[in-house]
Amino acid sequence: MAGSTLASATDSPAAPAPPRDARALRSTPAREAWRRFRKHKLAMASCAVLGIIILGVLLGPLVWTVPIDEIDFTARLEPPSLRHPFGTDDLGQDLLARMLYGGRISLAVGFAAMAVAIVVGILIGAVAGISRGSVDAALMWLTDLFLSLPELPLLLLIIYLFRDGLKDVLGAELSVFVLIVLVIGGFRWMQVARLVRAQFFSLREKEFVEAARALGASTPRVVKRHILPNSLGPVIVAATIDVAAAIIAESTLSFLGLGFPPDIPTWGRLLFDAKDNLDFAPHWALIPGAAIFLTVLSINFIGDGLRDALDPRRVL
Amino acid sequence: MLQYFARRLMVAIPSLLGISVVLFTVLALAPGDPFEELATNPAIPPEVRENLRTQFGLDDPVHIRYLRWLLAMLQGDWGYSFVSRVNVDDLILQRLPTTILIIGSSQILALLIALPVGIMAARRPYSVFDQVANTLAFIGFSLPTFFTGLLLILLFSIALDWLPFVYRADIDATGWRWWWEHLRQSIMPVLVLGLFQGAALTRFVRSAMLDVIRLDYVTTARSKGLPERTVINRHVVRNALIPVVTLMALQVPAVFGGAIVTEQIFRVPGIGSLLISAVLANDTPVIMAVTFVLSVLVVLCNLLADIIYGWLDPRISYR
Repeated sequence: MAGSTLASATDSPAAPAPPRDARALRSTPAREAWRRFRKHKLAMASCAVLGIIILGVLLGPLVWTVPIDEIDFTARLEPPSLRHPFGTDDLGQDLLARMLYGGRISLAVGFAAMAVAIVVGILIGAVAGISRGSVDAALMWLTDLFLSLPELPLLLLIIYLFRDGLKDVLGAELSVFVLIVLVIGGFRWMQVARLVRAQFFSLREKEFVEAARALGASTPRVVKRHILPNSLGPVIVAATIDVAAAIIAESTLSFLGLGFPPDIPTWGRLLFDAKDNLDFAPHWALIPGAAIFLTVLSINFIGDGLRDALDPRRVL
Repeated sequence: MLQYFARRLMVAIPSLLGISVVLFTVLALAPGDPFEELATNPAIPPEVRENLRTQFGLDDPVHIRYLRWLLAMLQGDWGYSFVSRVNVDDLILQRLPTTILIIGSSQILALLIALPVGIMAARRPYSVFDQVANTLAFIGFSLPTFFTGLLLILLFSIALDWLPFVYRADIDATGWRWWWEHLRQSIMPVLVLGLFQGAALTRFVRSAMLDVIRLDYVTTARSKGLPERTVINRHVVRNALIPVVTLMALQVPAVFGGAIVTEQIFRVPGIGSLLISAVLANDTPVIMAVTFVLSVLVVLCNLLADIIYGWLDPRISYR
């Protein structure tokens, strides 16, 4: 059954350790999934790459303490060197420091927007999946409607309309972060909602759910303890892909010059600044572009590995 | 079939209305008031401001305002651009053909890549070819369009100096040269969009093929001695491509997103670069209209895909 992995993954650490006979390790679903995931070599390599990137942006600024906005006109548009490992931009600002800072924001937006999408998606999918009839039909109509909305133009429209209003409430940096996360997340929940609903439809007819009902469990309890944990497998895969999509969406906005304010160097913003200097400072564009590409690629591969590991319906 | 068409149309119209509600809600919820400037101007007495508000119907209940806005949109009264002082519908009609041309050619390119590669990959799943194709597809849709665009400019315009990186609408040449120049400047935008779409489509085609290839009727076709080529081309591909139509339609919003970015990079005078310049210039009527047009196009593409699906797979239209 799809995603049975997770239900037992939570209680397996609490279970008493089985006798360690030679090769007689108890085979739990979590271990099975891990075994399948390990076979996906590219996914394993991607885990390493993504781990390095995440550690780099988290710990890097502690090691590389050059300020992101130190202007040095004697070192403008320098190619990578020992003093500036990633080179400098047109104001002589150190690109490594800016990359590390921007990476924090790009990754934070990716994960936060994914969280928004997952929460909304699970909520809508669960409500639609457990209630038949008109509620289900209305929610699915809403899901289909959102699926046919063009994401990028609406992102631009909403950010254009709301940016100034929110700035007064929350302050420039935080308001843009909250706005971008909410809007990107708000356009990414549909896939999750459909997956959750489909899982609910098949799971709620299963014997163990009937047994729980027969024992007198209320609907919220059945959903919370029995159906939802079992439906999470495909959701985890979709969540992984959503992180990649959200990072791309944020970078796209910044690249169009409409994301974070100019003094916050996200990866997309660095590309936006670099694109007019392509002919004499290609490193300026290549480094942030490669960072976005590597992050997105490794997340996508991890998603593929998780699909192999968690989705028993997989082809071949 | 006609009944099926009518049913699909009945689904499309509420979606269009839903989209208009979403757009209007966004606009209505947005902070800022068109008469804000008047409010802070001490020379204008409050009564005048109140009169103006009543005259333009700003104090009416929200559903009345929505209906009035919707009626105006339906009648083609989309206002005029604050910046260029041109009617918005003229502006959009002027820009739309370029965008449709670029998107259309890139979709054809995507299909030209995805069909052969996806079919070949599915014929021998997990072979070397399949694995290479799969890895390349992953790289293809992990490369954001804005980065591919810059890479192509770096390679073809700066390093090799083969292609122009600014798209010009007014080329002063005639006959073959005109066509040649247009082709040259379209190559990179079409390539960026086409490769991105092709990568995603390759995976769709492959998995759709794998779903069909294991069905019993394929085994029957093989066991009656048909050559493998006939089995694949006549029996498998034809059925495998049906779901690909729907998947292509689902990709349309992403394609528009990619087109906006691509037009911005290469300065293609299409509807996407119109949107970006309107956002940068605070040109609200243009922003609203472009978003609305793009949404309508998405719904129309979905409708078209549904109709093609019903035509390809008659079982659907009888349900």
